[in-house]
Order: sequence, then C-alpha cells, then structure tokens
Amino acid sequence: MSEPTRRPDGRQKSGGAIPGLLKGLATTAKTLGRPSHTAEYPDAPPHLPPRSRGVIALTEENCTSCMLCARECPDWCIYIDSHKETIPSPTPGGRERQRNVLDRFAIDFSLCMYCGICIEVCPFDALHWSPEFEYSELDIRDLLHEKGRLGQWMATVPPPAALDPGSAEAGEIAAANKPARVPRAAAAPATSRPAAASRVARERPARPEAPGNIPPDSVSTEPLPTAQNPPTTGSPGTKSEEGEA
Amino acid sequence: MNDALEVTLRSVGVLAAFLVLPLLVGQAEHKVMAHMQGRLGPMYAGGFHGWAQLVADGVKFVQKEDITPTAADRRVFRFAPAVALVPSLVALAVIPLTPSVVAADVPASALFVLAVTAVGILGTLMAGWASANKYSLLGAMRAAAQLLSYELPLVLAVASVCLAAGSLSLGGIAAAWSPWWLLWQAPGAVVFLIAAVAELQRPPFDMPVADAEIVFGAYTEYTGLRFAFFLLSEYAGIVVMALLFSVLYLGGWQGPFADQLGWVWTVLKGLVIALLIIWMRVAWPRLREDQLQHLAWLVLVPLALAQLALTGVWVVVAA
Repeated sequence: MSEPTRRPDGRQKSGGAIPGLLKGLATTAKTLGRPSHTAEYPDAPPHLPPRSRGVIALTEENCTSCMLCARECPDWCIYIDSHKETIPSPTPGGRERQRNVLDRFAIDFSLCMYCGICIEVCPFDALHWSPEFEYSELDIRDLLHEKGRLGQWMATVPPPAALDPGSAEAGEIAAANKPARVPRAAAAPATSRPAAASRVARERPARPEAPGNIPPDSVSTEPLPTAQNPPTTGSPGTKSEEGEA
Repeated sequence: MNDALEVTLRSVGVLAAFLVLPLLVGQAEHKVMAHMQGRLGPMYAGGFHGWAQLVADGVKFVQKEDITPTAADRRVFRFAPAVALVPSLVALAVIPLTPSVVAADVPASALFVLAVTAVGILGTLMAGWASANKYSLLGAMRAAAQLLSYELPLVLAVASVCLAAGSLSLGGIAAAWSPWWLLWQAPGAVVFLIAAVAELQRPPFDMPVADAEIVFGAYTEYTGLRFAFFLLSEYAGIVVMALLFSVLYLGGWQGPFADQLGWVWTVLKGLVIALLIIWMRVAWPRLREDQLQHLAWLVLVPLALAQLALTGVWVVVAA
C-alpha cells in the first residue's frame, strides 16, 4: 500500500540528490584550494583589536582605596586593604589631615567575569583594560594577582583614543597649561619653609612653584588650599581629580 | 629452505605494505579533510606538517589501558579486533601490483578477495555482541544489515568484470582490461565504489558507528590497542578496496612504461580512489538507515544486474 506513494518520493529525492552531491564535492574541492583560516596561535601572535579585554591593569598611584570597584564587582573578586595615615598640619595650629594608603589591591582572575564594571566605576582612572591575555596558570589559586602584577600590565594598556576635533581639551592638559598659580609659599618665613615645601610639591605636582607676585601676608593662610584640595589629597595621582575640578 | 625464505620475504613485504599504506591513507585523510574544511590538520608531530601524527597516535594507543568490560564475553571480545584486521591483510596478499609483483598468486583471486573481505564483518559482529552494551549491539546489527545488503551489489559488479575479462583472477582481469572498459563497465564501477565505501562503514555510510546516535557502534567498549586495530582495519580496508578498484576497473599496472613502472601505476590509481573515498566522507552527510537499504536494494542491485546483463550480452555478441 505504502510502496506506490513512497516510490515517487524516493525517485524525486534521488533525482534531486545528484546535484546536491556534486555541489558538496565542488564546495569541499574549492575549500581545499583556498588557504585555510587557521591561526597558528602559539607560533604566530593573534591579531587582536587594540581594545581587547584581556586583563585588568592597575595604576596604583591613582587608587584612593575608595572601594567602589570592590563593591560594584558582581562576583566580589577584588580585594582591597588600606589604612589611614594622618598628615600633620604643615603649620602650627593647623588642622591635621588624613589620607588613605593602599596596602593591598588584588584581583582574583579565577572569579573575574571580565564585565569591566570596576573599570567603569573607578572615578580616578586607576583601572584599565589591557589586551594582554597570556596569564594562564597551572593552579587556579595562582590566578589571584596582587597589585605588583596588576601594575606591570599597565605598560600594555593602549593610550586613550584621540579626542574628536573641536572637543574640549582634556582636563589634565588644561590643568597643566594653566598659567602658574601664584605660590603662597614664596615669601614664607624661612623657618617653616623646609617642612612645608616638600609636602606642597607632592600635593600639587601640576602646579610648580614660581616665585613671584603674591601678597606675602597670605602665605600661611590655610583655608584656600583646603577648599581646592579636599582631604583625600596627598598623592600625585589626584591629577585627574584636579583636571575635573 | 629457499621456499621458506621466499615465503618469509613475501609475507614481510605484505606486512610492510599493510602497515605503511593505511597510515599513508590515514595521514592523507587528516590533511585533505582538514584543508577541505578550511583547517590545517595536524601540524606538530614529526616537525614537517605533522607527518608523524599517526605514529604518535599509535604510541598513544599502546600506552592506554586495555579495558575489558566485566559483563563482556571476554574471549570473543578480545579476539574480535583480530578477526576484523586479518582479512584485510590476507586480501592485500593476493592483490597484484603487476603480473609479477604479487605476494600470493591465487588462481581465482577475485573470488578469494571477496570471500576474505566478507569475513571482516564477523569481527564487527563479534565485537558488538561480546561487548554487552546496547549501543554496541545496535551498531553491530546495523553493520550486519548494511554489510549483507551491500555485499550483493559488490559481488554482482565484480562478477560483471570477471565475465568481461573471462577470468576470475585479478591478474587476468587487469591484463584483459582496455580503456574501452571505462565506459562499458562504468555503471558497475560506480556500484562497486559505492558498495565498497558502504562495506567499509565509511561516511556517508557510517550508520553503524553513528556517533550522535549510538556512541561508536560496535567499538564503543574498546580501548587502547584493540581500538586502534579496528581503526587500522578500516584504513586497511580502504587500501584493499582502492587497490581492488584500480585493478578491476582502471587496468592496474597498465599505463606508460608499464614494464618498469607497473606497480607505481597500480598504487597511484589506488591512491586516487582512496582520495575519492576521503572526499566523499568530507562532502556528504550520513545516510539514514532506511535510505541505506533503499539505495542498496532499489538502486545498486538493479544497476549491478543491468550491468551484468549488458556485459553478458556484449561478450556473447562480440565472441
């Protein structure tokens, strides 16, 4: 019963199969003639886009231990330890200030899912994507990388993309190009100078001291610098902060 | 003493061919299939384009543990690979490369080759039954059904050539060959090639070892060297069938400088057929079980019978 219905089907199929079979042979033969797509990876370096998300690099100087990255991390793979240091006032009777000192910054790349949220949330540009990807280990525990190793990867981070024509100048550049601010310390009494000078220089590297034109009386006034540099100052890494300010 | 030496030499020669040619075909399959799929294939073993990949595979297989399942029929299970492997070796011994270069000149060698290669089925069947594994059993049953179905068109196609040559000896057939056979015996040649690939359980006729359905068919439970023997028997089978095709349908050693280079021609033609078999594997999808049987009984058997009738009529008319 089913035979007569099946037969025409089978014939149609076998009639239609031959061109398909020949096409299969032709396709494979053509592919045989073409060069293969295989990239011989360990022998030849792969051509990665420059912004590949390979590993997360850390600029230790920019980190203020604010913990934003660690708290935003979806799988809690960032470990930060820090302590507060008290900076004595440069002038007698002035207020003491505190700043965070980073003791430990570690990323566990066995947990990291390369979402890049930590890099997005960092307000101080301390974290960057690096295209480096060859950091596999034989033991999963060895994938916990401390700040030293994370810092080494900074060298592989590509420079930021050029700004669009006509766009505003980058904050850091604008800050650097500003006419030198009048240093208050210029006419400071010689006794207080050595202690203060080094600290001032460290606090504001982008604003070199230039001896000059400032009323000598205002030298020791505390409020002005405090207003411009909130208590988190202290490291040269506040560049970007200043640029935004 | 002299006889013993000659037998030994011939046996060693066949054994060498048996160990070298299948590896050659296997390596060709690695590389050709890879490049047909836009890949490179093995590149490391041996240094130059992975030429020693199969040697490395062999070393790996030797190192692996030889496991016999607890529920298996031990003796049959362990004996099956030999049953699958030896027929190819024996068949290789009677295939002539030239009228003189043949290990054993058997009078009815065409018949002998067919009979011997059919024994190889037993190895698969033994393996599947003795493994005590449902996939193995299914694979063995599929293999048996497939091999029985395709044995008939294979034998009929060879019968047609024997009829045309008036000889049952492979040497006699190749000697009687003329280029005119390429047209006259073409349907038979196509039937033989398809049936040969099906006998070897090669894609597109690899239903008995369809990995997506029944793991690896009758060979599922095999490990190590025994598994390697099954693989070797597959590639040795390709060599046997390709050389057989070259002798039956392509005139074997016939070609320019046949007196000096006869064996080169036979082997060269055989390698071309082996490449064709590899090409079929790469290009075509697997046939379903019912399509397999359909092709064997409704296409190949009638075609082989028609070829036999054509050959018979022509031989009678021309005589």
